[in-house]
Amino acid sequence: MAEITVREALQLAMKEEMQRDERVFILGEEVAEYQGAYKITQGLLQEFGPKRVIDTPISEHGFTGLAIGAAFGGLRPIVEFMTFNFAMQAFDQIVNSAAKTNYMSGGQLGCPIVFRGPNGAAARVAAQHSQNFAALYSHIPGLKVIAPYSAEDAKGLLISAIRDDNPVIFLENEIMYGRSFEVPDVIEPLPIGKARIVKEGDDITILAFSLQVGMAIEAAKILAEENIDAEIIDLRTIKPLDIEAILESVRKTNRLVCVEEGWFFAGIGATISSIVIREAFDYLDAVPEVVSGKEVPLPYAENLEKMSLPTVEEIVAAAKRACYR
Amino acid sequence: MPIKILMPALSPTMTEGNLAKWVKKEGEKISAGEVIAEVETDKATMEVEAVDEGIIAKILIPEGTEGVEINSLIAVLVEEDEQDADLDAFIAKFSTSQKPVEKIVEEKTEEPDKMKPASISAPTSTSVQGVSTNKRIFASPLAKRIAALEGISLSNIMGSGPHGRIIKNDVLSAAKNSKGTIRRDNEEYRLVSNNNMRKVIAKRLLESKLTVPHFYLSIECVMDSVLNARAQINSSFNSDKDKRLSVNDFIILACAKALKEVPTANASWTDSAIKLYNNVDISVAVAIEGGLITPIIKNADQKDIVKISTEMKDLAKRARENALAPEEFQGGGFSISNLGMYGIKSFSAIVNPPQGCIMAVGMSSKRPVVIDDKIEIRTIMDVTLSCDHRVVDGAVGAEFLAAFKKYIEAPILMFV
Amino acid sequence: MFEFKPDKLKLSALQYVKCYEQMLLIRRFEEKCSQFYGMGLIGGFCHLYIGQEAVIMGFEFAKQKGDSMITSYRDHAHIIMSGIVPKFVMAELTGRASGCSKGKGGSMHMFNIPGKFYGGHGIVGAQVPIGTGLAFAEKYNDTRNVCYTFLGDGAVNQGQVYEAFNMASLWKLPVVYIIENNEYSMGTAVKRSTSMVELYKKGESFGINGIQVNGMDVDAVYNAAVFASDYARSGAGPIIVEVKTYRFRGHSMSDPAKYRTKEEVEQYKGRDPLTDVRNIITDNKYASEEELKTIEKKVKLKIAEVEEFANSEPLPNESELFTDIYK
Repeated sequence: MAEITVREALQLAMKEEMQRDERVFILGEEVAEYQGAYKITQGLLQEFGPKRVIDTPISEHGFTGLAIGAAFGGLRPIVEFMTFNFAMQAFDQIVNSAAKTNYMSGGQLGCPIVFRGPNGAAARVAAQHSQNFAALYSHIPGLKVIAPYSAEDAKGLLISAIRDDNPVIFLENEIMYGRSFEVPDVIEPLPIGKARIVKEGDDITILAFSLQVGMAIEAAKILAEENIDAEIIDLRTIKPLDIEAILESVRKTNRLVCVEEGWFFAGIGATISSIVIREAFDYLDAVPEVVSGKEVPLPYAENLEKMSLPTVEEIVAAAKRACYR
Repeated sequence: MPIKILMPALSPTMTEGNLAKWVKKEGEKISAGEVIAEVETDKATMEVEAVDEGIIAKILIPEGTEGVEINSLIAVLVEEDEQDADLDAFIAKFSTSQKPVEKIVEEKTEEPDKMKPASISAPTSTSVQGVSTNKRIFASPLAKRIAALEGISLSNIMGSGPHGRIIKNDVLSAAKNSKGTIRRDNEEYRLVSNNNMRKVIAKRLLESKLTVPHFYLSIECVMDSVLNARAQINSSFNSDKDKRLSVNDFIILACAKALKEVPTANASWTDSAIKLYNNVDISVAVAIEGGLITPIIKNADQKDIVKISTEMKDLAKRARENALAPEEFQGGGFSISNLGMYGIKSFSAIVNPPQGCIMAVGMSSKRPVVIDDKIEIRTIMDVTLSCDHRVVDGAVGAEFLAAFKKYIEAPILMFV
Repeated sequence: MFEFKPDKLKLSALQYVKCYEQMLLIRRFEEKCSQFYGMGLIGGFCHLYIGQEAVIMGFEFAKQKGDSMITSYRDHAHIIMSGIVPKFVMAELTGRASGCSKGKGGSMHMFNIPGKFYGGHGIVGAQVPIGTGLAFAEKYNDTRNVCYTFLGDGAVNQGQVYEAFNMASLWKLPVVYIIENNEYSMGTAVKRSTSMVELYKKGESFGINGIQVNGMDVDAVYNAAVFASDYARSGAGPIIVEVKTYRFRGHSMSDPAKYRTKEEVEQYKGRDPLTDVRNIITDNKYASEEELKTIEKKVKLKIAEVEEFANSEPLPNESELFTDIYK
């Protein structure tokens, strides 16, 4: 066993895939000479050269379209968005060109591309730099959406994303980049579309992805002290959703808490709750709970920002509500 | 001129049937060849096709009506440009006097009004106490399900959840508190309506037992050679698992060969004469959901064992799907019933009238036998022949069984 | 030295005859689309290329094997010239299972990947960065192929076009940007929407050279196409070709075209590229009247076959609703 950070895991994934397949290249702002705005692409320019590690001008709309064209032309681009907030400029190309073309062409033209970068709130960077885009991308048929938590999952899933022939939105988290995890010596590519049971339990299912998985783990410890045995599911992939894992868990525990950083309305938790109610209605002893970010643009002041985002306490409270405690 | 749609006879023995379902409705246009209704016959559900085209003016026999006599008027068609003004007169003129039996309604037994909560034992802190029966009961879906499974009534449980919602724990407590007492179901029984198949089985087999003078002959057969032959043949099929033979396939062929040798066992009684069948058609009993049916292997003596096996597999599959044509299960001169796969050692079956015999086959098992004054182990199968004594005497029955035994114990003879 | 001569080359006799047949096929196909749309057989949007045929033909003659092409939604001519048999294009337009996109794309979303035609795009201007990316892939793979990226005078005002120009020039990508200036972006004349109307100069801020030719003259277009292809293929970077053309019909089938006068349309019809090519052939005796009539009859029969096919083919199977979401 070794210990690596999420940052190192992502770097290794890209490096190994670029070594393995000449068609893989990376483009984005500051990915080459700056070594990456968040140092995720550190060292790649030195190893692969400027043909395969490309600094783009600040033209998200343009370079996203260009990358999609390159993917149509047979290459396998990795597009780094400095944050997914900036990808909004490119939303039309991602949705109308990357996601829909395979369908519109009757299966003739797929788009093997990965869009990756930090997603969600960071540290007091305020409203325009803190939005969580999981729900927005998950809404679109044709896109795969991955949001790993641990280092092993970050590496294993990024490798699979690069190898996947579909457009993949790979949502990272700035706060997680520096966290270390124990990983096996060899990390295999992980299957896209499979959730992971972080901890088994009998009393309640707590479901989360990305940064909030850590919060769920903390919440479970507190709940254990009150004799509530939580089962924690790390979704890992949001689309395609591993609904079977969720249903199997809820059939066992009879209670569900969904946790997400993004806003509630038309969000991930709301959707999963609706599916669980439809598919496992008779197994529910309580209303499925959703812990989400407050429906406000993220404020700057420290105390207000904390209030706007999910907390461990909120997860614990939701779980207890579902247990009628 | 309106066109009458009559209850069709879909099998030679059908005198009445159930009008199971109307596929088309009053006012719908139909063309020749279209399916308009489904009718339940002796053994199967058949589709009724329209012969003429027009519009269904009136349906006289509603869906679900049982005991509709053949040729009674079930609906009336009119041509597109016709008026249905004189429809009633037309109907009155052509309706035969029908006495359709109304659908059996599941009637609850008349019992003195017992108090529902009688099933829950002595009150505990979570029970009754001023729970008004008019109030709506709030319970979580899980609580409702557990209560239903445990047979606990929700109306006496106090809910501890929000708005007085009954939750899982409340139901489990109630169940625990009533554990140790015997919980009697207030409904003494539930009714399962007899479908056509059950009725026919009942009628025919009762008739058989009452009117056919049965006697029974038993033998034991040494099955080792058959098992060897089967193993050898099956291994030659390699990956073609669908072609694998079963022991029953050998039994059918042996039976057919034996009937060819002893044709007097392939016969029926009539008052004036005994019918000796010219073809060896063997009915093989197949268990299906809710009953059994006997698909027929026709001319079994002339078919090789692979053909018999394939045919049997197809017939059994379609029997379970309720997809046999009448001529595939009505008729036959001799029956085989095999309960070996259920572990039955031996049994005597009831003759299927008008056939003369039915052969009941049990499970093959290793048993000690005496051969040349020594105890050896052989695989033995018990076979019991039930015979209609009017048609088949003891000697004939014994002769048949001897022939069967000869073939089944030395299967190589069947392939000569 | 960047010097373009619009009349250096001329098509051969054989090429003119072939050109005439192809242009006629496109013309009759588009007219048939118009008829079908009126009958409700084609639904949604339908953008016709009538009048602009010389543009695609000029580039077709200059194009080399391996070159790719991409355009906007006015793509019927491009897809036919890329090699898709016209009856499958019509089947797509009438939403049949045998359509070139299995009936799931329609008029604006047709593709021929083996023929290196990358669509068919509905969002104005989106094809420009994509075409630039196709050129990027060619350079990455060290081929000598170019990508012909078509856009209209309306798309020229899209921001992403300039983002693409910037990167194409920065990285010297082998892309030929063909601005099909038919003077109107839907209902808005170029003068009303565009501050600088010499569209071939739009690349100047990025160091991209541009040329302008008469898009109704197939020879002029051919010259421009060859020049531009050679330029891009040499590794010198992108180039812009503005072809001044005209569409005889409205922007799409649902456009009553009130923004231009009947006189103007008639004037341009007097410069119909189809008629012009036919005249060149007869004037120079490249083919006899007989031979031309034979060609016309052949095209007529072909269109009849297209009509028959498209109207008799089955609709897509319902199971196709959920296929091709993912590869």
